Amino acid sequence: MAQAALPITHDTHGDHPAPSAGVTNTKLGMWVFLSSDCLFFGAFITTYLLYRNRNLAGPTPRSLYNIPFTSVTSFILLMSSLTMVLALAAIQRNDMRRFKVWVMATAVFGILFIGGQVFEFTEFYREGMSLRTNVSSSIFYVATGLHGLHVSVGIVWLMSLWGMAMQGKLGQRDAEAVEVSGLYWHFVDVVWIVIFAVVYLIP
Amino acid sequence: MTAVPEVMPAPVESGGLDLFRRPKETSGFWSWFTTIDHKKIGILYGTTALIFFVIAGIEALLIRLQLAGPNGTVLTAGQYNAMFTMHGTTMVFLVGMPMAVAFGNYLIPIMIGARDVAFPRMNMFGFWVFLFGGLFIYSSLFTGIANMPNGGWFGYTPLTSTPMSAGYLPGRGPDFWVIGLIMLGIGSTTSAINFVVTILNMRAPGMTLMRMPVFVWMMLVVAFLTVFALPIVTAALIMVFFDRNYLTNFFVAQNGGDPLLYQHLFWLFGHPEVYILILPGMGIVSEILPVMSRKPLFGYSVVVFSGIAIGFMGWGVWAHHMFATGLGPVAISAFGLATMLIAVPTGVKIFNWLGTVWGGSVKLNVPMLFSLGFIAMFTLGGLSGVTHSIVPADTQQTDTYYVVAHFHYVLFGGLVFAILGGIVYWFPKVFGRMMNERLGKLSFWVLFVGFNLTFFPMHFLGLTGMPRRTYRYTEGLGWDTLNLVVTAGGFIIALATLLFVSNAVWSWKRGPIAPADPWDGRTLEWSIPSPTPEYNFAAIPKVEARDDFWHRKYTEDDQGRLVRLPAGGSGEDAAVDVSSIHLPSPSYFPLVLAAGLPVIGYAAVYKNPWLAIPGVLLLLFGMYGWAIEPGTAED
Repeated sequence: MAQAALPITHDTHGDHPAPSAGVTNTKLGMWVFLSSDCLFFGAFITTYLLYRNRNLAGPTPRSLYNIPFTSVTSFILLMSSLTMVLALAAIQRNDMRRFKVWVMATAVFGILFIGGQVFEFTEFYREGMSLRTNVSSSIFYVATGLHGLHVSVGIVWLMSLWGMAMQGKLGQRDAEAVEVSGLYWHFVDVVWIVIFAVVYLIP
Repeated sequence: MTAVPEVMPAPVESGGLDLFRRPKETSGFWSWFTTIDHKKIGILYGTTALIFFVIAGIEALLIRLQLAGPNGTVLTAGQYNAMFTMHGTTMVFLVGMPMAVAFGNYLIPIMIGARDVAFPRMNMFGFWVFLFGGLFIYSSLFTGIANMPNGGWFGYTPLTSTPMSAGYLPGRGPDFWVIGLIMLGIGSTTSAINFVVTILNMRAPGMTLMRMPVFVWMMLVVAFLTVFALPIVTAALIMVFFDRNYLTNFFVAQNGGDPLLYQHLFWLFGHPEVYILILPGMGIVSEILPVMSRKPLFGYSVVVFSGIAIGFMGWGVWAHHMFATGLGPVAISAFGLATMLIAVPTGVKIFNWLGTVWGGSVKLNVPMLFSLGFIAMFTLGGLSGVTHSIVPADTQQTDTYYVVAHFHYVLFGGLVFAILGGIVYWFPKVFGRMMNERLGKLSFWVLFVGFNLTFFPMHFLGLTGMPRRTYRYTEGLGWDTLNLVVTAGGFIIALATLLFVSNAVWSWKRGPIAPADPWDGRTLEWSIPSPTPEYNFAAIPKVEARDDFWHRKYTEDDQGRLVRLPAGGSGEDAAVDVSSIHLPSPSYFPLVLAAGLPVIGYAAVYKNPWLAIPGVLLLLFGMYGWAIEPGTAED
C-alpha cells in the first residue's frame, strides 16, 4: 500500500469541494486499508488460539519462548513509534534535519526488530521446531512471519522517505505522506502488541 | 510495458527523468492502457466481466451437456470437476464482483456529483489486477482441462490443501486457484477502499448521506463488506498454500489440524460475499423502479437501513453453509435463527419495491421488465433460502440440486437480471445511444423462459436426491426427463445472452442517439450530457434534495399532481469554461505495478524463486514510478 500514500498532491482536483468526511482522501484510504488488515491478522491470531495447545510431535512455540529477549525486541519496536511521531512533528514544522534523523532511527529500530525475529526463528529451528513440526509451530511461523513482512514493507517505505528527504525532494508540503506512513507504522506496532500479548504471554 | 515507446510523446524539456513523464493521450487505442478516467475504467471492467460471463456460460453448457442424459460421456470426471469449479469461480470473482465494480466506477462519481473517484490510479491498478488475476487462473488451461482448478469454488480442505504429490487432485489447479484468488482479493480490496473514500469524501455540496441514490448506498455497504471479508479468505488461502507446498498441517486432521477451520474462515468470507454480489443488484433495481414508475422510492430510509442491516447481519449467518458438518445443536439453532432473521430486511426491501411500483404510471420497457423479473425471481430464491434455515430440512437438501436451484435464483435471477436491466438503463448515458427496445424485450422474455426452464426443475431434482458435483447418474432414478429440460433451458439462456449481446453491439454502433435524460430520471447522472463528458460536471452541482434532478424538473400543484417546471436548470453549465477543468493525467504505473503480481504468482505456483525476482523488480519499479511521476503531463 506504500504506493497509495505518496502522491497526495497529484490526484486531487483543484476545484472540488473539501472532503465531506473531514479527513483527506489519502488518510481515510489508509484507515480503511488498516481496518481491512485487522481482519487479516485477526484470522491468523484466531487460528493460533485454536492451535496453540495442539502438540502431536516436537516442541511447541510456547515451550521455547524466550520472553525476556522478545520483550526487548518488542520494546525496541514500541520505541520506533515514538521516533515516528518525532519524525512527523519535525517535518510538520519543516525541520528536515531532525526529520531525517528520526525517520532513519525509526527504520533502524524496525531493522533491529526484524533482526531479533530472524534470530528467534533460527534459535527455534535449532531447537527442533520447524515450520511443519506441528500445527502450533506452523501458525506461529506464518502469523509472526507475516507480521515481520509488514514491518519490512514499512522499513522500505521509511527508507524511501529518508532517501527522498536526502535528495531534497521531500518538504513540509509532504507532511501528510509521512503521516500516512506513520499510520501504517503505528498500526504494525499495535498488531505486534496484540501478538505479543496473545501469542507469547497468555499461558 | 510494451506500450511505453509507442505512446511516449515527443521529448520536451523535463529535468532529466523522462522515464517518469506522464502520458497525455486520452483517446485512441493505447489510451485504454493508461487511462485513469473512472468512466473508461468502468467500461473496461464491464466488457471484461461480460467476456468472462460468456466463458462461464460455455462452461455451464458443457456441464449441462454432460448431464443432459444418464451416463454422459461429454466430459471425463476430472474435466467435469474443473468445469464446475471454474464456472463458480468465474461467476463469483470474475463476473459478479467486477460487474458491480463496473457499475460503481461509472456511476458513483456522476451520482454524487464528483469529477472522478478518490484514487484514480489505484482504480486502474484494481482493474489490471482483476484482469491479470483472471487470466492467471485461466492460464492453468495450458496444463490441461482436468488440471485446471478442480476443488470447487469453495476449495474445501483437505481436498485442496493436500500436496499435489498425494494425487488427490491432479495438476497444479488448486495452486493457480489459491494464488489467483489472492490476487483478485488485492484488486477488489483496492477498488473497495477507493469506493469507500469516494463516497464518504467526494460528495457534491448538499449531497448528504441520506440524499445519496440507493445504488450509491448499496455500493458503500458492499465496499465495507469487501474490505472486511476478503482478508479473511486471503488468510485461509495462505494456509492452504502452505499446506500444499510446504507440507504444513493446518488442515490435516491426523496431524492436529482442523479441516473445519477452513470452512469457518471460508464462509466467514463467503457469506458476506453473497451480499457483496446481491446488494449492487438491489441498488440497480432501486434506481430503475422509481424512474419507470414515476414515483419516488417507497420508504427510502427503510431501504437504506435494511441494506445496512443486511450488511451487519451477513456476518452472523455463515455457519448455515455448514449445517451438515456436526457443529452441535446450540450453534446450529443460533445460526438457523440468525438465517431466518436476515430474511426480514430482505423481505422489507421487496415490499418497498412493490410499494414503489404500486399506483405508479408504470412504463413496461426493457429495464423495467428486468427489474420486475429481478423482484419475482429473487423472491423465489429468497423463499427457498429460508427453507435452508430449517436445519433438519437443510440437512436433507445439503449438496443436492435444490441448493443449486436456490442460489441460481438469487444470483442469476437476482444479480444477473439486475445487471442486464442496468446495462439497458444506463447504456444511453455511457455510449450516447439507446438500446433497441424490441430486441431487448425479446431477449428478456427468452431469458425469463430459459432461466426458469433451467433452474426451476432443479428444485425437484434436488428434493428427489440428485447430488451436486457428480459428473454422472444412472438411468431409472427418475431424473432423466428433468435433466433434459434443464439442459434445453441452458441453451435457451445462451440464446438470450446472444440476443442481448448482439443488441448491445448493434446499438453501440447504430442505435438512435440518446438525449441527456431519456428516461425522465431522478438522479444527478441524468442532468449531464450523454455520453458523459470527460469532466462529468461542467460545474459541480449544488444538491438541495433527495432525487435533486427530479425536483429541478417537477413540482406539485395543490392537488398533488406533477407540474413540469420551465427548463433552465442547466443554465449555470454554459457559464463554465470547460477547458479550465483540471483532470489528472493518464499513467503507465498502474499497469507496471499490476504486471508484477502474476509474475510473482507463477513463481509461487512453480516454486521458482528466480522467477520472483523480475516480479519484485516490476513491483518496486511500479511503486517508485508511481510515487515519483509528476502530477500531470507537461503541456
